[in-house]
Amino acid sequence: MNEGLTRRDRLRRDRSLLIMVAPAVVLLLIFSYAPMVGVITAFQYYDPLIGIWDSDWAGLDQFQQLFADSRFWHALSNTLYLSFVQLILFFPIPIVLAMLLNSVLSERVRNFVQSVVYLPHFFSWVLVITIFQQMLGGAGAFNQWLRSNDLATWDVMTNPDTFALLVTFQGVWKEAGWGIIVFLAALAAINPGLYEAAAADGAGPWRRMWHITLPGLRGVIVLMLVLRLGGALSVGFEQFLIQRDAVGHEAAEVLDTYAFYYGIATTNYSFGAAAGLFKSVISLLLIWGANKLAHSFGEDGLYRK
Amino acid sequence: MSQRPSWQEPPTLAGQSTKGVTLGGVLLIVLVPLWIVVLTSLSTKGAINRAGGLVIWPDGITFEAYEEMLKGPTVRTALLVSLGITIIGTAISMVVSVLCAYGLSRSGSFGHRFILVLLIVTMFVSGGLIPTFLVVTGLGGYGQWWALILPGAVSVFNILILRSFYSSTAAELMDAARIDGASDWRILWSVILPTSRAVTAVIALFYAVGYWNSFFNVMLYMPTESEKWPLQYVLLTYVNRGVGMPGSVNAGFGMAHSQTAPLSLQMAVVVLTLVPLVIVYPFVQKHFRTGVLTGAIKG
Repeated sequence: MNEGLTRRDRLRRDRSLLIMVAPAVVLLLIFSYAPMVGVITAFQYYDPLIGIWDSDWAGLDQFQQLFADSRFWHALSNTLYLSFVQLILFFPIPIVLAMLLNSVLSERVRNFVQSVVYLPHFFSWVLVITIFQQMLGGAGAFNQWLRSNDLATWDVMTNPDTFALLVTFQGVWKEAGWGIIVFLAALAAINPGLYEAAAADGAGPWRRMWHITLPGLRGVIVLMLVLRLGGALSVGFEQFLIQRDAVGHEAAEVLDTYAFYYGIATTNYSFGAAAGLFKSVISLLLIWGANKLAHSFGEDGLYRK
Repeated sequence: MSQRPSWQEPPTLAGQSTKGVTLGGVLLIVLVPLWIVVLTSLSTKGAINRAGGLVIWPDGITFEAYEEMLKGPTVRTALLVSLGITIIGTAISMVVSVLCAYGLSRSGSFGHRFILVLLIVTMFVSGGLIPTFLVVTGLGGYGQWWALILPGAVSVFNILILRSFYSSTAAELMDAARIDGASDWRILWSVILPTSRAVTAVIALFYAVGYWNSFFNVMLYMPTESEKWPLQYVLLTYVNRGVGMPGSVNAGFGMAHSQTAPLSLQMAVVVLTLVPLVIVYPFVQKHFRTGVLTGAIKG
């Protein structure tokens, strides 16, 4: 397509394409790339009145403060712990649900279940947490029932000990249904002839699942794991931000809320930027490492080798 | 009802009932809370008192809470703000994304590779919360409507989905149209858009839901101007956090100020944030698989 064309010719030919791309590029330059440059505030004593170009340099001072802050380490260990709990309790559910749904013969039932379980994905976190508050909170339906049966009440929403389970359950309620969509697609791509041949050879339903279904899902499962590991430091900012006051920062402080409260809310911008940069760098390393791991299992992961 | 393939064992009672109970349980977990919320919003004060709070069985239905809610300015304003941000934001996002996706749909076009990399990098690297906040406020965005729309207007993921559709579905069509002398604008408008309605609808829904649901940017850029708050922020403040409604008597919650609103009213606000979604959802839902997956997987 490009043979014999000079750059000038191609530029003239594709002028309208470039004009079409321009608005998106401009928006990304302003709201994605400019903040990347703004990361240098993490190495300054940034003062909004002086501006980014004239603020004093701090070297690694902000990072030293960050690493000396016990609340930061607490937020980090909370984040990793919550990530781990979510990985164990959340991750398998969409896979199981997708296999279960896929085994239902009636298409009408399948479609109905899908449209119901996809729905909460489109709810806001404010809405989801409000609904949970009404169901499990101190004045919620669950405690209402406990009270009417003269049982001791249990305010799930403000209990720091069970908070990790609560947020995982909220995550499952909101996203597990939507999560099945990729697995359903992978299941639909498995050649039905394989099942038929296996059944003819005497393999029962469980053996067919083990030898055909699960290997068929392997690629998607690895991809989802890579994404999950890469996002290990992002456990759901809004979800924690909304609930932090009710349950206390001991249980609900994660890296994102830490950067927000000690960076923006206290206008200590450079410090917050340092916390954010720390998180971004580790996250990039995690994605890279998870991909390496995927490659060593012979899978593509997020990008090919 | 599709047929059971001949090689498959006939279903066993135990297997069928386990499946049925599990799927039934999943449906209940999603639907029961919604049922309770909707029912409580429609219940009379007596019914709520008798139930001791949330209402599980219908026992006196009334639309009072909704009338009350829409009488006062607080929720009405918030509803208008939310609708405005959602409609304007989605329009901006769609125009920008569709144009960009088409502009990148032809491999080998000028700067194609470079621009694509420029986009994809932003999916993995970000300046983070605080530098973004500083850029937006530095541009004078504090308290401005555009601060709620423009910073998140472009989703590279959505652009990539659209792009993979445009470049796969209509490569021949596009070439043919080009040979006929149609401009790229013409091709986009009369060839691409009519043949990709499903994916366009799904992406528009994604954007619209994002705008409708957002509250954090309000917290960042207009936390104190309660007359500019969208519905989600009103929900967060007056229902989730139980703050009393401002503006003296009957500011939409039928109570004197500094008192938490009655439960039916609170639930009516919850339902109100759900209504637009429930209206649009059935029309778009059937396209999720065809629309999104093919794009996401190919992309």
